[in-house]
Amino acid sequence: MTKSIWVSALAMAAAMSVSAAFADEAYFPVIAKGFDHQFWQAVKAGAMEAAKADGVKITFEGPQTEAQIDKQIDMLNAAIAKKPQGLGFAALDSKAEVPMLKKAHDQGIPIVAFDSGVESDLPLTTCTTDNVKAAGAAADKMGEALGGQGEIGMLVHDQTSATGIGRRDGFKNEIAAKFPKIKIVDLQYGNDDLKAAEAGKAMLQAHPNIKGIFASNEGTANGLVIALKEKKAKIVAIGYDSGKKQKEAIMDGTLLGSITQNPVGIGKCVVDSLAKAIKGEKLDKVIDTGFYWYDKSNISDPKVAAVLYD
Amino acid sequence: MTDAALQQIRAPRSGLFSVAALQKAVAFVVLIVMMAFFSFANPNFAEWSNLVNIMQATAVNGVLGVAATFVIVSGGIDLSVGTLMTFCAVVAGIVLTDWHMPMAVGVVAALVSGAICGAISGTIIARLKLPPFIATLGMMLVLKGLALIVSDVHPIYFNDTPNFSLISPDSSITLLFPGIEIPNGVFILAFVAIVASIVLNKSILGRYVFALGSNEEAARLSGVNVDFWKIVTYSLGGFICGIAGLLIASRLNSAQPALGQGYELDAIAAVVIGGTSLSGGRGAILGTIIGAFIMSVLNNGLRIMSVQEEWQIVVSGVIIIGAVYIDNLLRRKS
Repeated sequence: MTKSIWVSALAMAAAMSVSAAFADEAYFPVIAKGFDHQFWQAVKAGAMEAAKADGVKITFEGPQTEAQIDKQIDMLNAAIAKKPQGLGFAALDSKAEVPMLKKAHDQGIPIVAFDSGVESDLPLTTCTTDNVKAAGAAADKMGEALGGQGEIGMLVHDQTSATGIGRRDGFKNEIAAKFPKIKIVDLQYGNDDLKAAEAGKAMLQAHPNIKGIFASNEGTANGLVIALKEKKAKIVAIGYDSGKKQKEAIMDGTLLGSITQNPVGIGKCVVDSLAKAIKGEKLDKVIDTGFYWYDKSNISDPKVAAVLYD
Repeated sequence: MTDAALQQIRAPRSGLFSVAALQKAVAFVVLIVMMAFFSFANPNFAEWSNLVNIMQATAVNGVLGVAATFVIVSGGIDLSVGTLMTFCAVVAGIVLTDWHMPMAVGVVAALVSGAICGAISGTIIARLKLPPFIATLGMMLVLKGLALIVSDVHPIYFNDTPNFSLISPDSSITLLFPGIEIPNGVFILAFVAIVASIVLNKSILGRYVFALGSNEEAARLSGVNVDFWKIVTYSLGGFICGIAGLLIASRLNSAQPALGQGYELDAIAAVVIGGTSLSGGRGAILGTIIGAFIMSVLNNGLRIMSVQEEWQIVVSGVIIIGAVYIDNLLRRKS
């Protein structure tokens, strides 16, 4: 019994060293903030594409919810233990995970942060969307569509993540700064389509005079669309990110438009930056991957269509 | 086994003046008081359209609660109801959208896969003798993973099956009574509740569910095929989760593979608030439905009052603790 365990352990060790010896292409683990959300799948698609083009091997993983910092730390530790040539990382908490990154840095592993930043100068660069600026652009569109006055509400996907906070405050501050006659009368949170739909319906019920609602991600935007259809409400509704339902709602007029990030571009930026880093090229401290406002008029514009996903 | 022997091993069922009936009444009073409070706090709450909102919001959790009630009365627990619901929704999506089958096939596929997964949980518990908590915890994760794998981590839309919205958001009653717009999902909840109530109280299966929950050993000694009836109970629970899967998929016009975890706790909370004992042998479908309504009214009312979500969660927790405390109090007195 003991012997057979030893034999299999030896065999495994041999197999591993062989695969390591033949692995001449660089390996970059990419750790995201999530996995099963369509946004992360699009980031993954971009990263995979870049990996193919750059001739490197990557793995892409992320915890199941954006609250599972502990799970993400486990993933990070496992990734560092594999002694990779580079590391792509989107921190769930901008401070909590710095010690692990220090460990990677000490081992000489180049780090590229993405999506939300890390409060440290260990990453060579950060590939990210300026959420505050992007949500501010949504607020501008809302203000214009309402002629600068009326009651509005917000549906936000969560209270603690950098994207939730950034988009919420970016939208709020822009409204406060530019549209003094617009009043934000309600703010509700809902982290999946169904919960956001119930929150949206309650908001419409509680504030019959509401003229507009901003939803801060794909799930809340889908929920908002359901709420508006079920309540047969016609207001100025603005979403964020993309997804098939949100695109359909823009085409049928339920949503005025949405802000999209460039998830495919973020994924590409991470892998390309790592590939450049191991060749010793210099990188800018922050790479803004950009955002677009899209509505009925430009949804099929090739530049916009390329960053939308179903 | 004779009926008389069965009567002996079974705990007294809900009569008009029994503890269970009393607690259902307490739960009902709580519901009415809450509704009165919210109506007073914000006049928009009591509008008919909002009452319809609440009914519609109860449909999924109510049906999941019914599934959990059978299992809990039988002395078990099912933590997999939420992710099983999602798995069934994904199965319907694959069959209807990817395979372009007629709608009836998709509906049957969702219900059958629910029953099969339930049977698997039941078999693990009855034959492999794993505690229900562990077995269904495992199934919860297995089904969550499978839903993601089978759907390739993408939502599946039902745009090619226009009639799919008939299951939940459409309102067929409007055709008969113009002006009354109650979504079909609400009627499905009512139908499921009535049928489940009859099955639990009047059928052989129901009797065995109570017998298993009140004293499994006595049931075994009286010649009941305990393993078989356990598997049947979990299969029935799984089948009902399939109905919930169709309801949520129809409402969202999509099977969302990432959703589902956490819904089992809402379902169990509805069951417990409704007076069903977590130790088995005692419970009623009507109680669960009232429990599910209490949770929806609470969510809806607090949202309409624009209470911060953090506090909404705290209040829900307090209500659950309060409901179970009253349950214990009444049981000790009897």
